[in-house]
Parts: sequence; structure tokens; C-alpha cells
Amino acid sequence: MSSAEFSGILFFSSVLAGLLGALTGLGGGVVIVPLLTLVFHVDIRYAIGASLVSVIATSSGAAAAYVREGFSNIRIGMFLEIATTLGAVFGAYLTTRVPTEAIGIVFGLVLLYSAVASYKGKHSNEGLLTTSGLAGMLRLRGSFPCEGKEVEYVAQRVPAGFGLMFSAGTLSGLLGIGSGAVKVLAMDQAMGLPFKVSTTTSNFMIGVTAAASAGIYLSRGYISPGLSMPVMLGVLAGSLTGAKILVHANVKTLRTVFAVVIVVMGIEMIINSVMGKL
Amino acid sequence: MQLTDEKLELAVGRTLQTGVLLAAVVVLIGGVMFLIHAPAGPRPDYSHFHGVAAHLRTPTGIWHGILRGDAESVIQLGLLLLIATPVVRVILAGVGFLMERDQLYAWVSVMVLAVLLYSLWHIQ
Repeated sequence: MSSAEFSGILFFSSVLAGLLGALTGLGGGVVIVPLLTLVFHVDIRYAIGASLVSVIATSSGAAAAYVREGFSNIRIGMFLEIATTLGAVFGAYLTTRVPTEAIGIVFGLVLLYSAVASYKGKHSNEGLLTTSGLAGMLRLRGSFPCEGKEVEYVAQRVPAGFGLMFSAGTLSGLLGIGSGAVKVLAMDQAMGLPFKVSTTTSNFMIGVTAAASAGIYLSRGYISPGLSMPVMLGVLAGSLTGAKILVHANVKTLRTVFAVVIVVMGIEMIINSVMGKL
Repeated sequence: MQLTDEKLELAVGRTLQTGVLLAAVVVLIGGVMFLIHAPAGPRPDYSHFHGVAAHLRTPTGIWHGILRGDAESVIQLGLLLLIATPVVRVILAGVGFLMERDQLYAWVSVMVLAVLLYSLWHIQ
């Protein structure tokens, strides 16, 4: 295969990944690494570099759209970014020290979790109003429009949410993904924030988190221009198109199909890692 | 305060989109150059990790590469622009908090910025 053919195939696969990621809300970044390693036999470190770059592009590219909806909370996001960026720096260091087989196994487990998380749990859009010391001091509160009225909310269990966000950042830096599923877990489940606020604020935080490990990746030579070029352009084009058609599409079947694909990829990543073929 | 927040956020969001668009255009230009100059024959082997060439790992190296007309350096410049967009977002948000006289969150922004700069300091 020549460079041009390879770039072309990578571009179209990445468009598809970005499109499906945006439509299902699972994010395109999470399938880029398994796609590159399992299908195209790219070393996982180059794959992580290309994936991280595409994650930044998607998050920053969609930022204005999320803000316009009026759901994301800039103060809660900024406060939690202290945890995610520190975690991301830690994760990027881990990547350079941990054997690639271990990275592959962790990646497989995160894929399985992402697929399951998109189904389980009741997602409430109601706001809790109990104010603890930390949430009051840091003014971790807000309101958002829901079915014609303003819903007010206050963040609960702030230390637990902060800790989970550090883990989300570590996974992001270790695996080159946005780890949106863990960020939503921290805000929606631990901090009791309304679901819509959690997902949009998470999307907003992903780019900043990823940028915190990008410098370390670049200096270690993980970011290959030949690979990143088609992947970044493809995922960006796919996710922007996906966000535009999302309002008109019935995504329930698509979501199931994509979740199954992710589960299969997760299992395959774990098997290949254990057998030392990754 | 809510209204100012929203206006600020929207301005930040638009800045980010412009940054990403600019980065994508630079990457695309580099990509076209890359494919035109790509040697005939099989694609590079990515299955073994060596790390990319040293000049593609630092801003100075990338800049010298661009002056030589090196396509990979042009792509890498686009990726550097992309990595810079979230950093700009944190700076703009921090300035916004200052304008709202919210010292606490101006300091929170400074802390996030410090972590980002610590990471970017690696690529000197």
C-alpha cells in the first residue's frame, strides 16, 4: 500500500469513527486507537498520539455549539480541570514507562466500561440543592434551562468528584482518549449534577485535559505527522457532520451497533495484549 | 453575572472554532505537500516504534523544517496550533473572570494554565 492509499483509507475510517462517535455520544477518539492497532497494525504509541490530537480537534471544534445550548458550567469545569490536567500529565508519564501490553489491557477495559456506561444508570436532569462547605466556598452551583423553566443545582461530594476527575485525566493521558465516560461519571453520579450539565461540561473539559499531555507526547516523538494528518482531519469532519445531523436522527439502533463494535474491540485489545501481539 | 458568563463563553467558543479551523487548514496544506512528495512504493512502517524524527519534536525544529519546505514540519505546525487552542481558552476564561472581578476563579485559571505550561515546557 502506498502512502496516498494508506492516508485515504485512514481518512475515511476516521470520518466514520467521528460520525458514529458524535451520533452516539460515545466520542470518536475511543475507537481510533483500536482501529489503528488492530486493523492497521500501528504501534500503540503512534496510535495514542494520533488519537489525542483528534480528541483536541473535536472538543475545541464543538465548543461554541455546546456553549450556545447554555448547559455547560464554566466555573465547575475550570475547577475540575485542575484535577484532570494534573492527572493527564501523570498519565502521559505513565505511558512512557508502562509496557505497551499493560496499556492495551487498560484500554480494553475502558472500552468495555464506555459501552456499558452508555446504557446503565438513570440519568436525572434534576438539580440537588444541599450546599456543603466546599461547594459553597467555591460557588460550584448554577442553573440551566429545562422544559421552559430554570433548574438550579449545587455540586455534591466535591472531593470524590475531584478525585474521579484526576483518574479521568490519568486515563486520558495514558490512552490518548477524551475519557468522557469517566468525566460524566464524576459529575453525574458522584457530584449529582444534572445529566445535561455533566455531558456538556465534560465535552468542554476534554480539550484542555488532552492538551496537558500533548506536550509530553510531542517531545517523546509519539505524534507522527503522516498518521495524525488523515486521522485528525477525518475525525474532525466526521464529528462536525455528526453534530449537525444529530437532531434529526433516531440513534437508538445505531447506539446499540456502535456499543457492540466497541465491546468486540475491547475484548480483542485485551486478548492481543495478553498474547503479546499488540 | 449569568449573561456576562454566557457572552464570554460564546466568544471563547468562537475563538476555539477559528483556531481549530486554522489548524486544520495548515494540516491540510502540509498533507497535500506530504502526499505529492511521498516516495513511490510502500507506506512507512508504523508497526515498530522509533519515535518521529528529532526535528519534528520541537517548535524550533519544526520552524527550520518549514523553511526547508519539509511537508511533515508543516503538518506538525498545524498540530501545534491545535494544541494551543485549549491553552488560549484557559487564558481567555481567566481574563474574563478578572473582568468580572472574580479573583477566586482567576486564580483557578492560573493554576490550570500552570499545569498546561509545565507540559508544554517539555517541547523546548
